[in-house]
Amino acid sequence: MSTAYDIAMKHTEPEKDTCAPFVAVEDLRKAFGSNKVLDGINLHVARGETLAVLGRSGTGKSVLLRLIIGLETPDSGSIRIHDQDISGLAMDRMGEIRKKMGFLFQHAALYDSLTVAENVAFPLVHHRRDMSRSERGDRVMQLLAEMGMESDVDKMPSDISGGMQKRVGLARALALEPEILLLDEPTAGLDPISSGEIDDLILKLQHERKMASIVVTHDLHSAKTIANRLALLDQGKVVIEGNFEALQQSGIAFVKEFLDQS
Amino acid sequence: MSNHKQIVVAGIHPLTPVQRTVSIPSTLDFVGRMTNQFFEWFGELGIFFWKVLRSGLTPPYEWRELVRQLDEVGSMSLPLVAAAGAAIGVVISMEARYSLSRFGAKSMFPTTLVYSVIQVMGPIMTGLIVSGRVGAGIGAELASMKVTEQIDAVEASAINPYRLLAATRILACILMLPLLTLAADACGLLMGWFAQAMVEPLSFHQFIESGFKGAKLNDFLPPTFKTAVYGLIIGLIACFQGMRTRGGAEGVGRAATNSVVLASLFVILADVVLVKFILVVFP
Repeated sequence: MSTAYDIAMKHTEPEKDTCAPFVAVEDLRKAFGSNKVLDGINLHVARGETLAVLGRSGTGKSVLLRLIIGLETPDSGSIRIHDQDISGLAMDRMGEIRKKMGFLFQHAALYDSLTVAENVAFPLVHHRRDMSRSERGDRVMQLLAEMGMESDVDKMPSDISGGMQKRVGLARALALEPEILLLDEPTAGLDPISSGEIDDLILKLQHERKMASIVVTHDLHSAKTIANRLALLDQGKVVIEGNFEALQQSGIAFVKEFLDQS
Repeated sequence: MSNHKQIVVAGIHPLTPVQRTVSIPSTLDFVGRMTNQFFEWFGELGIFFWKVLRSGLTPPYEWRELVRQLDEVGSMSLPLVAAAGAAIGVVISMEARYSLSRFGAKSMFPTTLVYSVIQVMGPIMTGLIVSGRVGAGIGAELASMKVTEQIDAVEASAINPYRLLAATRILACILMLPLLTLAADACGLLMGWFAQAMVEPLSFHQFIESGFKGAKLNDFLPPTFKTAVYGLIIGLIACFQGMRTRGGAEGVGRAATNSVVLASLFVILADVVLVKFILVVFP
């Protein structure tokens, strides 16, 4: 069931003065052995815009995000962040780019030896050495409050549910106030209510922070709710890109089949 | 020409015989593959070491994590190492007393015990115990982090995992091994003396004075500080095995086992080389 926030935000368009691509992926190719995972992908996302990347399992959606954040190296093609080509950058230089990005992993990837608050504080401890302990504590509390997790700060990741772990992961991804948000299956494995709550949170964040976001998902309902544009991947290529209506009106058999099955 | 022998397996149904060909890799293939893997492993280990070295030597330094690891490797291993050192001291004391009495060299007991514990048993025993406890711990911890994407999360947070996770653990092993060896030596000597004193009256002062008579620093410092090399081996292999893990819970188990087995093996091999090196350099 859509919330008021869903309805208000659903058709939010990126601001006109920020429509230049903030993230641009051009002719990106990646293979693992003889398995071509991405075969010439072209995508772009503007500031304040959310692009949902859809597709069947194993079509390289997560690999695309890992390439953008530099956890994998592309075989060819380019990834441009704010007009800077980042493909093949050395680890230290890539580190500077990564500070502008927040990444929510599919299974949240929280550090299991740290508490919820310590997980969120982790990037701040390492990158905001100018912050005092109390300032850092305030920032962590503010982020966790945004996620509705302020009463669970001292819990360990193993003591909270999957949905709560995703919220903490999201808070950690936002700790350094990123300009780009990459979300890998944010609603996977969650019940419909928790999925809806995560969708609401993402929408709220988009509205308040105007980040360029790429959401990888195979949850069509979630994609329809949170994204301005959708891109459907099959066999390493973008089959179609556009808003939900464009997908519905498409005559491509695979697109119809995907929409019917979702 | 193929190096594979082919055999035919016949189906058991008499009316519909099914024939399949099964390839059995020849010995040559097997040896070739193993040799390849052997050199590949060393190559990857070398690259890993270079990345850790480069990351660890450049700021920002991860002091907090280093202190945490010093505690993890040092304080947590101390009881085990001390207990093992004490046991070794008692065993050497009993064996030495019996053997030396047979050859009429009972007066050599303190010197025999001191040299046996400090030069031979203390260092290698500490190396092997730390290989088991810390090697398995680091291997399993990093492997678990790897398969649950926690190492990727560190990297995605713009933090160098080689600096934060590997360099700190390896340095902690290098720094703590000599200190743990000293503790093992001390416990070994104390309990060795105690075992002797239970049988024949021998004051601790007499034991120490006689045991260290004529000894030089070169007799004791190199054997103690060579364990820093064991620390490097244990930390490096455990971090390498942990951070290259694939394949879920099975991979974590494999990483922990391989860390212990390989670290112990290389500690023993390093001991052979280092003993010769010390004999040549510190005659």
